[in-house]
Order: sequence, then C-alpha cells, then structure tokens
Amino acid sequence: MTKILLIGYGNPGRLDDGLGPALAEAVAQLNLPGLTVDSDYQLTVEDAAAVAEHDLVIFADASINGEEPFFYREIFPKGGLSFSSHSVEPEAVLAMAADLFGAATRGYALGIRGYLFDEFGERLSERARGNLASALDFLIPLLKKRLSEPCQHPSIL
Amino acid sequence: MNTSSANLKKIVIEPVTRVEGHGKVTILLDEKNKVHQARLHVVEFRGFERFVLGRPYWEMPVLVQRLCGICPVSHHLAAAKAMDIVVGVDKLTPTAEKMRRLMHYGQTFQSHSLHFFHLCSPDLLFGFDADPAIRNVIGVAQKFPDLAVQGVMMRKYGQEVIKVTAGKKIHGTGAIPGGINKNLSIEERDVLLREIDQMVAWAQGALKVAKDYSVENLEKVIPFGSFESNHLSLIREDGAMDLYHGNLRAIDAQGNKIFDQVDYQNYLDYINEEVRDYSYMKFPFIKALGTQDGWYRVGPLARVNTADFIDTPLAEAARKEFMAVTDGKPNNLTLAYHWARMIENLHAIEKIQDLLNDPDLQGKGLVVKGERRGEGVGLIEAPRGTLFHHYRVDENDQVTMANLIVSTTNNNEPMNRAVQKVAMDHLDGAPEITEGLLNHIEVAIRAYDPCLSCATHAMGQMPLEVSLIDCEGKLIDKKSNR
Repeated sequence: MTKILLIGYGNPGRLDDGLGPALAEAVAQLNLPGLTVDSDYQLTVEDAAAVAEHDLVIFADASINGEEPFFYREIFPKGGLSFSSHSVEPEAVLAMAADLFGAATRGYALGIRGYLFDEFGERLSERARGNLASALDFLIPLLKKRLSEPCQHPSIL
Repeated sequence: MNTSSANLKKIVIEPVTRVEGHGKVTILLDEKNKVHQARLHVVEFRGFERFVLGRPYWEMPVLVQRLCGICPVSHHLAAAKAMDIVVGVDKLTPTAEKMRRLMHYGQTFQSHSLHFFHLCSPDLLFGFDADPAIRNVIGVAQKFPDLAVQGVMMRKYGQEVIKVTAGKKIHGTGAIPGGINKNLSIEERDVLLREIDQMVAWAQGALKVAKDYSVENLEKVIPFGSFESNHLSLIREDGAMDLYHGNLRAIDAQGNKIFDQVDYQNYLDYINEEVRDYSYMKFPFIKALGTQDGWYRVGPLARVNTADFIDTPLAEAARKEFMAVTDGKPNNLTLAYHWARMIENLHAIEKIQDLLNDPDLQGKGLVVKGERRGEGVGLIEAPRGTLFHHYRVDENDQVTMANLIVSTTNNNEPMNRAVQKVAMDHLDGAPEITEGLLNHIEVAIRAYDPCLSCATHAMGQMPLEVSLIDCEGKLIDKKSNR
C-alpha cells in the first residue's frame, strides 16, 4: 500500500490562509487507511523527517494568485534561495528529505485559491469555501484510488 | 518616501531573506556618499489588538496563537499568564506551572535550534560572503549532513515537547486561565526521556560551534554591527535567568542596574513606546531615560547579560566562559547573540531534562480559581526576547483593551542601529548595493532572529529589499536576495 502524507498548512486566524488546515481537517475525518494527515501554521525543517517516511506527500496550502479553483502539480526537490524564513517551501522540504534521510518521496502541491489574507478572522471567504469544496471533490477520490493500490513508486497522483 | 533632507541619498534594502515577515531597509546617503541614516522599515499593518476586542477573556490564550506561525506557544503562555491575573490567580499549582514551563522550554529549544541550524549556521560555516546559492540550509545539509540532521531532530524534539503539553501544534489549548488542562502521562514522559541525553549532547555540540566561531573570529565579531546598549529581561528573585517568569531588570551597557525586580504588572510605569512615521513597528524605551537613551536590547544576549547566574550546570559553565570574554561586563556585540542563543538552548534542554524527572508533572491539581479582576499583564521571555501581553476585561468578560509589545518590537531600535553600523562599514564611498552589503545587512538583522510578521501582526512571505535613494530623493539602486 502506498503510504501518503497530507500536510495542510496556513494560519486559520488569517481568513483564507486557513484553507490548507481546513482541507486537512476535512480529509482527516475520513480516516483513510495508509494516509497520514498533518496540519500546521507553516512548513518547517522537521517536516522533512516525516516526509521521508512516506512514499508520497501532498502539500496543501492557500494560493494567493494561482489558478481557480485550485492547482495540483508535481513538485521536485529544490534548495538554495527558496529558503526565506523559519518556514520552508515544499520543494525545500523534499530536498531535505532526500539529502538528510535518503528519501525518494514524491511530492505534489495542492494550491487552493484564496482571496482574503490581510485581516484577522477565523473564517473562509465564500469563494474560498467553494474552491475548498472543489479541491476536496478532486482529492478524496484520488486518495482512495491511490491508497487501494500497491506501492509502485507512484507517478499518477 | 521621505527624502527631504538636502544633499542626501537613500538606499532601500528589501527583502531580508531568512528573517520572518516583510522588511525593507532604506539607507540615506549624503552628497559624499556616506551613510547619513539607515532604517529598517516594517511595511505591514497592526491590527491584532483591535481583532481581540469584544472577545471573551478565556479565548485569549488560544486566539493569540493566530498572531503568526512562528512562536504561537510564547503568545499562548503570555496571554495565559495575563489571564491568570484576570481570574485572580497569583500562584499556580506546581503541576500547572511546571507543565507550562516544560511547554515553554520546548518552544525555546525548537526555536533556538531552528534559528541556529537553519538561519545562522550557513553564515558561520560558509562565511558571510559565500554565494547565497550555497550559503543556506541545503548547503549545510550537503556539506555538513550530520549537523543538519541534528538540527532537524532537535527541532522535532522541541515540537514533540510542545505537542504533549499544549495538546496540538495548531491552536494548542494546554494553558488556560488559572492553570493547565492536562498533566504529563508516564507514557509521554518516557517517550521524551528516551532521547533526552542525545539532545543534551547535541545542544552542547551546537554551543561549541557558536562559541568557537565567536572566539576564533573575534576580530570580525567585535566590530560587526555592534554598539553599546541597555539590556532588559525578566529575572528570578535570586538573580537567576528565568525564561518563564520573574521580575523586570534593566541594566546599562556597563552593567549598572537601571531598575531591578520590578513587578511587571507595573510595566507602564517603566516602559513606553514611541511611534515614528516611517515604521508601523513602535520603538519601546525606558521612561526614566527617555527616547534617546532609553532603548534597549532583549533576547538571548540581553538575558545572558542581565542574569547573575544560570541554574543549570552546563549552561552556567557556558555563561561564565561567555562573560569572561568581556571581563564580566555586558557583552554588546551583535554577533554574540548566536553564542548566547546556544547557551540558552543548552539551558532549555537541561530544564526539560529536570522537569521530565519531576513527579509533579503527573500531579492532579491543574487549575486554581480566584476572584475576578479587571486587568492583567503577562510577560514571558520568548525565544526572541521579552513579550508583553496586557488586557483589560469588563464585567461581561469581554476584552476591552489589549496591548502587546512583542520581542521584535523591543529590539526595533537595536536592529536599526545594527543596520546603520553595517551600512557605514560596508557602503561608504560606493553608492551602490553590492552583494556584500546585502549579505552583511542580512546577517546583522538575522542575529536578532526577528519575527517581523509577528511584530507587525501580519502573516506572509518574508521578503527583504534594499533601496538606495540619492540626496535629491531619486532611487539609484534597489536589490534583494530573492
């Protein structure tokens, strides 16, 4: 069975920045066997250790100006200038998983388009909620399908 | 852009990579291309204090974690301490206080470890002038893989401490007004104990890297962005370093006490905040000294300077070595923050070790109740420095006033001074932003481990840009490392 890690990240106190954790919370409720769901304010270096224990990782985050309602694409390890703060980019987490733990985990980015980020508030905008629903409609069947298959170093997610 | 001064040029730098939040540096030059003034601007907005108005007081310890994703535990605990006062509780149960301390030392350990390995070590290991494409944590991972793995695992350990004390990583609920909502189970304790000796050893190793760099590069460390300053922190009643609780102590650059053992409920009698038109971030100062002389440093360097001693043996031995460099006087070197930070990191893991072996953590007394009050102040020594939370609550239990002075705001003036010093040393005579100038400004700001997103109450990408404006207000150069 393919071992999949889903990390939904963002700050739920900053309106649509909470899209990632909201998606993680919704998927976690399904209790899908073989799927690990994590949620945090941001990605950090220790996520590399968890990523290295899985065959696949999906990084779910709010997107400020990406495609609507969401984008989904494979990402690849990349270090260097992508580091900018205590938080790290998904590509850098993959790079650290590879460099430090010898992992060949495949990574995918799920960017859910949000619209309101510049205020404090614990709610998603109406359009963001719609985009979240679309992302879940896409992701859940995909996860169920992939989790039911034997691991063969996946490329179809 | 304010460029009204005649015959001056201005350089603006943004974004500062590997610093939290969004920052911008402007450097104003005179007609001879000498640095007239350097400023670290913060370009986001304040709004959190307004956001919490009208919310019930008991929500604050959870709500304030939304300030930013970098140090939610520090805000959680500072708000909880303020709300202890509001619910009339001056002393927690031993279990509650020790659980909070365990959480706080876990936060300190993960934050300091991350800063050192992720943000600082590339500068120290590769040199300030090394190619930024190499001078980053991936470069460290490739050239010093054992060190990089240690950094990741130390950070992970600290996060695990937080998880078992706060309940979860997002919206932790461990600390509540008057106490804590869980103790530490034997199973949780034993999991953490399994790795504690390794963590202590790694913390000693990290300290050695920081110390050796500082000692072996004193000629570079001494002038780099350095200046004399006051220092402020919480201090225990016996003068020991205490990151969780104590009274306020402020000393001057020579170590003379400005005030000591001040109950922080009265902080407004001693500390004020100045507003300047070019930054949303305020400039705190010691009232008795005024705005010109009253600014101060906070954070690891200030805390090691203000403490009479550290109550854990390994960190105390390290403190003595640190203070010997300056003959027991306060250390005013900006780059010494790194060494001081690793002394604290060792102290934090020693405290975690002590606490894990303390049976009080399995105690049943979690919450104390008292008589409601209308106001409360909570202070804590967050990884980046002293963090102030102050609230007023009405008879309907709603928050009517909130004032937060976050660590980075306390270090606002010192960061500006560090930028100006570095700019003066590396720019004069050449009205352009070189890679070296950009790198050195970043290194100076990073020493303070600022969280600009927190200080300005906004989340987002952390960019840093530098711009150069001439004496007539014209932008003559602008660069960033992103």
